[in-house]
Amino acid sequence: MNTAITTIPLSTLGIGSACQIVSLNLQGLLRRRILDLGMVPGTPVQCIRKSPAGDPVAYMVRDTLIALRSEDASQIYVNPM
Amino acid sequence: MSAVIKPMTTLEEICTEAEKIRLSNPDLGDKIVSDIYQNAEMIAGPAVIKNSTDSRSWDHKLDDILTSRRLGYPIMFALLSIIFWITIAGANVPSQMIADTLFAFQDQLLIWFELAGAPSWLTGILVLGMFRGLAWVIAVMLPPMAIFFPLFTLLEDLGYLPRVAFNLDNMFRRCRACGKQILTMCMGFGCNAAGVVSCRIIDSPRERLIAVLTNNFVPCNGRFPTLIAIATIFMGGMVVSELQTAVASVVVTSLVVLGIFVTFAVSWALSHTLLKGEASSMVLELPPYRKPQLGAIFYRSLIDRTIFVLKRAIIMAAPAGAITWLLANIYIGEISIIGHLAAWLQPFAYAIGLDGFILLTFILGLPANEIVMPILLMCYLSTGQMMEYGTLEELRDILINNNWTWLTAVCTMLFCLLHWPCTTALLSAYKETGSKKWTFLTFLIPTVIAFIVCFIVAQSARLLNLV
Repeated sequence: MNTAITTIPLSTLGIGSACQIVSLNLQGLLRRRILDLGMVPGTPVQCIRKSPAGDPVAYMVRDTLIALRSEDASQIYVNPM
Repeated sequence: MSAVIKPMTTLEEICTEAEKIRLSNPDLGDKIVSDIYQNAEMIAGPAVIKNSTDSRSWDHKLDDILTSRRLGYPIMFALLSIIFWITIAGANVPSQMIADTLFAFQDQLLIWFELAGAPSWLTGILVLGMFRGLAWVIAVMLPPMAIFFPLFTLLEDLGYLPRVAFNLDNMFRRCRACGKQILTMCMGFGCNAAGVVSCRIIDSPRERLIAVLTNNFVPCNGRFPTLIAIATIFMGGMVVSELQTAVASVVVTSLVVLGIFVTFAVSWALSHTLLKGEASSMVLELPPYRKPQLGAIFYRSLIDRTIFVLKRAIIMAAPAGAITWLLANIYIGEISIIGHLAAWLQPFAYAIGLDGFILLTFILGLPANEIVMPILLMCYLSTGQMMEYGTLEELRDILINNNWTWLTAVCTMLFCLLHWPCTTALLSAYKETGSKKWTFLTFLIPTVIAFIVCFIVAQSARLLNLV
C-alpha cells in the first residue's frame, strides 16, 4: 500500500493533471455540497484552470467544471494519476 | 411481541430520529451518496452516448480568453460598460415618451377633477401629488430596467456570470466575503432592490448578510441620471464642450469605482466586527456556455425582475408623491412646510457641503431615488409640484442661482452615491433577512458613511479655502 506516500491535497495539483479522490477532510455544509456534486472517493478529477488571480481553481468533475478555493481544495486528498 | 414500534407523527420527530442515525454512524451519509453515484454510473454508462468533445473544447477556448490573466478583467469591465451605455442611451427616448403620455393624462385628470367639482386640495393630493409622483417613477424607472435586466439576464443565460465570480473571488475572499457577491453588485447597478433579492445565491448566511448590507454602494439606475447630470454640468462644464461628455464619463466611472471600493472596505470591516467570521467555502459551478433562450430571458427579466421591482417602487412612490405635495402646498406663515423643514436642516446640511433643500430632497426621495431631482427643482422653483428640467443649461442656471458651487456638486454626488437605500431596497432587505435589526443596519451604515465622507470633504475644502 503506497497510498499514504502518494496522497496529496487537491490544491497542489498542477494545471492539466488528473487525479482520483481518496478522502474528504471536510465538515458540514461544504462536505455535503462537495458530495452532492459527485466528488466521492474514487471519482476522477482533472485540474483545468486558475482564475486570473490564481485562486480559485476550476476542476473538471464528471463533465462539470467546478471552481474551488485553495483552502477548501487543500482538504480534499487525492492520488495523482 | 412486546416491542411495539410507535409511529412517528410529526416532522420534527422524524428529523430528530434521522439526525440520531446520522450521528451514530458518521460514514453513513458518505456511503449513501457514493452508492447513489455508483448506481447512476451503472445506469448511465451503457445508456448515455457522449457527444464528441467539440462543444467542451469550445468552452475551453472561450474560458481561455474570458478568464485569462491578461484579458479577463478588461473584457469584464468592457462588457459592463457597454451594458450601462446601452441602458443610459437607450432609455432616454422611451422615458420621454412615457412621461409625455402620463403627463398628458394628468392634464386630462385635472380637467375631469374640475368637472366633478373636486376641491383643490383633493385634486392636489391625488393628481399633482400621487399621480405625478407615480408617473415620474414609472417614466424614469421602467425603460432603463426593461433594457438593463434583459441584457443582464442574457449574460446570465450565456453562462458568463459565473466566470465573473470566478475572476473576482480572490478579492472577496480577502474581505472574507463570497465571490458571488459581485453578481449581486452587478444586479444592484440595475436596481438595488433586485440586487438585495439576488443575494439569495450566496450560501453562507454571514456572507449573504454582508452582500445585503453593502449592495447600496453600487449606484442604481435611479441614481445614475442624477450623477450624470451633475457631473456633466459641473465637472464637464470646466472644460471645453467637446470634452464635456468624456470628463463627465470619467467622473461617473470614478464614482462607481469609489462605490466598489467602499463595498470592499465595508465588507472587510463587517467581517471583522459585526459579522465576524472566516471566509466560508465557495463552490462555484462554471456551466458550459450555451445559446441563450430569448423567450426565457424576456420572461425572467421582465416578469420576475422588472415588474417585481416596479410594483414595489409604485407602492412606495404613490404615498410619497402625496406627502411631498402636501408639504409643498401647506403654508405656515409665508413659507411652505418644505421651506420650514429646509431652513431647519440648513446648518446641518451646510456642514456636509449640501444645503437644506438638497438634504430634505434626499429624505423625501427615500421612496425612490428617481424623484430626487424633480423634488429639488420643485423646491428651488417653489412651484408646488415636481418639475422636470428642459436642458442641462437650464438645470445649471437653476442650480447656480441657488448658490451651488463645485463643492455642492461633489458633495451631492457623494451623498447620492453613499446615502441610505430607497424604501424599495429596504423592504427587500427586510423580506430577505427577516430581521428588523439587519434592515435598520442596511439603512444606518450607508447613512453614517455618507455623512462622514461628505463632512470630511466639505470641511477640508473650506479649511483649505478651495471654495
